[in-house]
Amino acid sequence: MKSEKITRYVLFAVSFIILLIFAGMVFSLAGGAIPVFKEYGLKFIFSSDWNPTQGREFYGALPFIAGTLLTSFVALLICLPLSFSTSLFIAEYYHKTRVAKFLGTMVDLLAGVPSIVYGLWGFYALRPVIISLGLSDQGFGVFTSAVILAIMIIPYATSLSNEIITMVPNELKEAAYSLGATRFEVIFSVIFPNARSGIVASYILALGRALGETMAVTMLIGNANIIPKGLFSTGNTMASLIANQFGEADGLKLSALIAIGLLLFLITGIVNAIGKYIIRKMS
Amino acid sequence: MSVRSEILYVDNTRQRKIRNSIFKIAVILLSVITISPIILIISKLIIEGIGQINFDFFTQLAPDTFQAMSAKINGEKIPGGIVNGITGTLFIVILASVMAIPIGIITGIYLYENKNKWYANFIRNITDILQGVPSIVLGIIGYLWIVKNITYGFSALAGSAALAIMMLPLIIRSTEETMKMVPESIKEAGAALGVPYHRIILKVMIPSSFSGLMTGILLAVSRIIGETAPLLLTTLGSPVINFEIDKPTSAVPLLIWNFYNDPNMIDLIWSSSLFLMGFVLILNLISKRIIAHKEKN
Repeated sequence: MKSEKITRYVLFAVSFIILLIFAGMVFSLAGGAIPVFKEYGLKFIFSSDWNPTQGREFYGALPFIAGTLLTSFVALLICLPLSFSTSLFIAEYYHKTRVAKFLGTMVDLLAGVPSIVYGLWGFYALRPVIISLGLSDQGFGVFTSAVILAIMIIPYATSLSNEIITMVPNELKEAAYSLGATRFEVIFSVIFPNARSGIVASYILALGRALGETMAVTMLIGNANIIPKGLFSTGNTMASLIANQFGEADGLKLSALIAIGLLLFLITGIVNAIGKYIIRKMS
Repeated sequence: MSVRSEILYVDNTRQRKIRNSIFKIAVILLSVITISPIILIISKLIIEGIGQINFDFFTQLAPDTFQAMSAKINGEKIPGGIVNGITGTLFIVILASVMAIPIGIITGIYLYENKNKWYANFIRNITDILQGVPSIVLGIIGYLWIVKNITYGFSALAGSAALAIMMLPLIIRSTEETMKMVPESIKEAGAALGVPYHRIILKVMIPSSFSGLMTGILLAVSRIIGETAPLLLTTLGSPVINFEIDKPTSAVPLLIWNFYNDPNMIDLIWSSSLFLMGFVLILNLISKRIIAHKEKN
């Protein structure tokens, strides 16, 4: 019996490591961010000026917060019709057929492509298209990044929506069909109302993914430290700024970058918590 | 009243059927658009990358920019390969796995054994939050904890610590899910024979859920193997093969990043990406095979 107690303590102690890691992360990020918040206070979050020149140093995170939110929401808008259709294709129209399985495998493969490969593809294949369409001169910017981000988050949005759409009881669908409803009507008056909160949650979780993506966005957004002026303007996201400038940073600039990491951590944490909360409430 | 009944008797079946078929066509079209990028990406990688893949690619160090430039001027193929990246990636991934797999599996078992305790739920929530943490933030953590305080410089350990934190939630959740599949009866049979608890875990629970655990681990590895952002802040990269945990180390994604930033070495990005993508695909295929095999039995 004594050995059983020891085993239980070991299990407990190891699980406690997760808590330590999490607490340590919060502690380290907050600790690293203190100097910049001491220096500028809340102006750090609401100022749009980012100037590392010595003597006139000033760090404001607003351009990057705006860039992150803008690219992610545009990506979500692009992703919505695509992944909703794919979910309907896989989980409703061609449920359990070969072609649906093939489509599902292809969508899964999208999740396996490393971020940097998406970046390369965006740079060498998508950017020329954007330029030749005359959307922007260099092809860099919010829209280009958002298109790649949309492709990257499709598998996350789709796989969860698939599950939720298949969970809608057959009886409900059959009842609607027996009254003469078309498939279109069944989808929008039976499936969608029943699966709504789950589908919404899957898009929220996909948004959480988009907010933190780094490499692909770094390669495509144009890395300008300004608030994006429009869809085809260049900009910078929180993650891409950290990737670009962390290497040569020290002192106050390092603290500013860590503070941006902390903000990113908080924003993605809140978005994911909302998504998980909706899912948990459903089941 | 008369207006209402008029509406009720309008025969709009044709219209509804047309709308139905238009919607179906739209769904099919958009689904095809959704999967076209993956086909375009893989074909681009194969077309542009296959030419550079040869024996040297797996056995030679990455060239420096001067070698690449002189080869380009002479119209030759860029010499060298990515062996320092391949060894670095393997080294970092193995280190990360050594840290993450035991902690992940044991925590998963703990969560399974204590389903409804508030503490277990709390850990479960934290695992969920950890899963959503952007990889670049984990890079900062690796930098703050290890680069600054333990190895006093960029190191393989820092990178693998960041990647281990990334693997943990995936392994914990997959362990918990797999443990639910182990029949309660065989654990009880063990307990009835007076087998101590730790031996039930080691000899009954882990072996009978082995394929599930493997799947979770392989998927976790395939998720981290292409990570670039956290490594930029932690392992930095190295022109030579390194197997010391406190020294900067290269990795395939880091090499791709270097090649991308050096106009002389552009030719190498596709072959390296093809290699990386192939690696991820093989890991995914193996884990799919394990799942399929399990479902058959």
